[in-house]
Amino acid sequence: MDSIKLHYDVSGNDFTCAGEASGKIKRELKGLGFPNDIIRNVAIAVYEGEINMVIHAGGGVIDVEITPECISLDLIDEGPGIPDISLAMKEGFSTAPENVRQLGFGAGMGLPNIKKYTDEMVIDSEVGVGTTIHLKVFVK
Amino acid sequence: MDAFFHSVRLDKDKCKGCTNCIKRCPTQAIRVRSGKAHIIKELCIDCGECIRVCPHHAKYASRDSLSQIVQYKYRIALPAPALYAQFNNLEDATPILRAIPLLGFDAVFEVAAAAELISEATRRLMKENKLKKPVISSACPAVVRLIRVCFPDLLENLLPINPPVEEAARLAREYAMKETGLRASEIGVFFISPCPAKITSFKNPLGMQKSNVDGAVGINDIYPVLLKIMEKGDKYDIPDAEQNSGIIGMSWATSGGEVSGILNENSLAADGIENCMNILEEIETGTLDSVDFIELNACQGGCVGGCLTSENPYIAKSRLIKLRKYAPVSRNNIKVEGIPAHFLKESPIEPCDDVMKLADSVSEAMTRMKRMNELLEVFPGLDCGTCGAPTCRALAEDIVRGFAHEDDCVFRMKQNLAQLENSDDFESLIPAPFRENTEQN
Repeated sequence: MDSIKLHYDVSGNDFTCAGEASGKIKRELKGLGFPNDIIRNVAIAVYEGEINMVIHAGGGVIDVEITPECISLDLIDEGPGIPDISLAMKEGFSTAPENVRQLGFGAGMGLPNIKKYTDEMVIDSEVGVGTTIHLKVFVK
Repeated sequence: MDAFFHSVRLDKDKCKGCTNCIKRCPTQAIRVRSGKAHIIKELCIDCGECIRVCPHHAKYASRDSLSQIVQYKYRIALPAPALYAQFNNLEDATPILRAIPLLGFDAVFEVAAAAELISEATRRLMKENKLKKPVISSACPAVVRLIRVCFPDLLENLLPINPPVEEAARLAREYAMKETGLRASEIGVFFISPCPAKITSFKNPLGMQKSNVDGAVGINDIYPVLLKIMEKGDKYDIPDAEQNSGIIGMSWATSGGEVSGILNENSLAADGIENCMNILEEIETGTLDSVDFIELNACQGGCVGGCLTSENPYIAKSRLIKLRKYAPVSRNNIKVEGIPAHFLKESPIEPCDDVMKLADSVSEAMTRMKRMNELLEVFPGLDCGTCGAPTCRALAEDIVRGFAHEDDCVFRMKQNLAQLENSDDFESLIPAPFRENTEQN
């Protein structure tokens, strides 16, 4: 069985657009008839990823590959990169600027939430080059 | 009871087959076929958006007429608080309540009075802290059906309490049986409704076996008649009718009213079907997990914005604010401890057959989605509606489900023709939006 591939652009510095890709992916997964909890997990992970791209990286792209068994996501940006990934994974650790925090974002829960709602999470990041987060959600 | 009963209907003679309603429908439940709008019954949520937008008044809400109430020995009217907001220059709702019996009713029971009991029951239930957060109000039947069709995973967040109109009907019948000695079936209970969704909820109830309401008339049906009666002044006074609802009960007619009645600041209220959908998306994404209670009204402004009301919702809201100015906060309270069972829904609201799914198996759905994506590559993406579907995507979905054909897209068909023809008139076969502009600067 081959797969369905989807591609989304996330525009940077615009909070009003954050959540668009997550909403669209959710609609596709509903159309494909995946269980509600799987859809919710993917939607939350993508949403957090989108917010991160907007806050830190000036946007990015999301590539999705769907098979009946697994939903794979690559969240790719060309932002500043993450110097210390294990620190970034700590709940509450945030490098979001003050103006972003005032909007209610940047609470330091983004990456931990992505981990919580996915089955596999691998972060490739190079300072000054960008970050790619590989995610997998398995359909049990 | 027909599981697909809908109050929203089409008058075929008036329908011109234009694209206004298909574009406005929040669940994309309308297609134009044979020059007429066709409502897909599995998807319709009776929100009334199509009634509002149809320039030919071809969409209407099926409801009872006042002449139908005579089949009952004893007739009770249940005015929605939105009715009060239709009238100007009133200090309280008493004159309205005194005029309603002259339409042929033996008694009047205010839905606003029952709403105050529902507010109290909600406060008690929220205090128990056992509900899944955020709790979503279940008072707006269009919202409940929207959740059922498009957001089935949020059904478990719905407040498991009956809407005020059901409690009003139950209490009104109980009082009437005691007072008159009549049997339940001899008493007719009629709602004076601001919207078709409520009417549907009586014929095809969710979360209860049988509705307590026997029928419904529209606010806009009786408003002109009531106005005439009231203009004749004290002539018809019925001495024992006094308003029996306060600020909390009346406020249920406007967006934010239900929330204000549960006395919890950690809540939010949204109105208008599109705003409701956006909030439901946010709940699904988990961004509103820390909110306790969410009130959603499908109509703009709340029930005063219902498509069976007469007055502009913003004018109605301002009138309601004046009307409740000197009212007590609440005039009704639950006389016993705890939450009596009749306030609670008999059963959880079950999801309907998954209408969002493209096919029963994921692999078949994937095949169909691939085909859809191919079609979307070649469709013009104008969402013009000429094919009878609201968007190119909806047409693609209809095609893979076998309900439509690729050539239903006139642009696609013209493009195909243009490729076949080798004539000099090639330019004219290219659809106008894709032709070079020669006529205008």
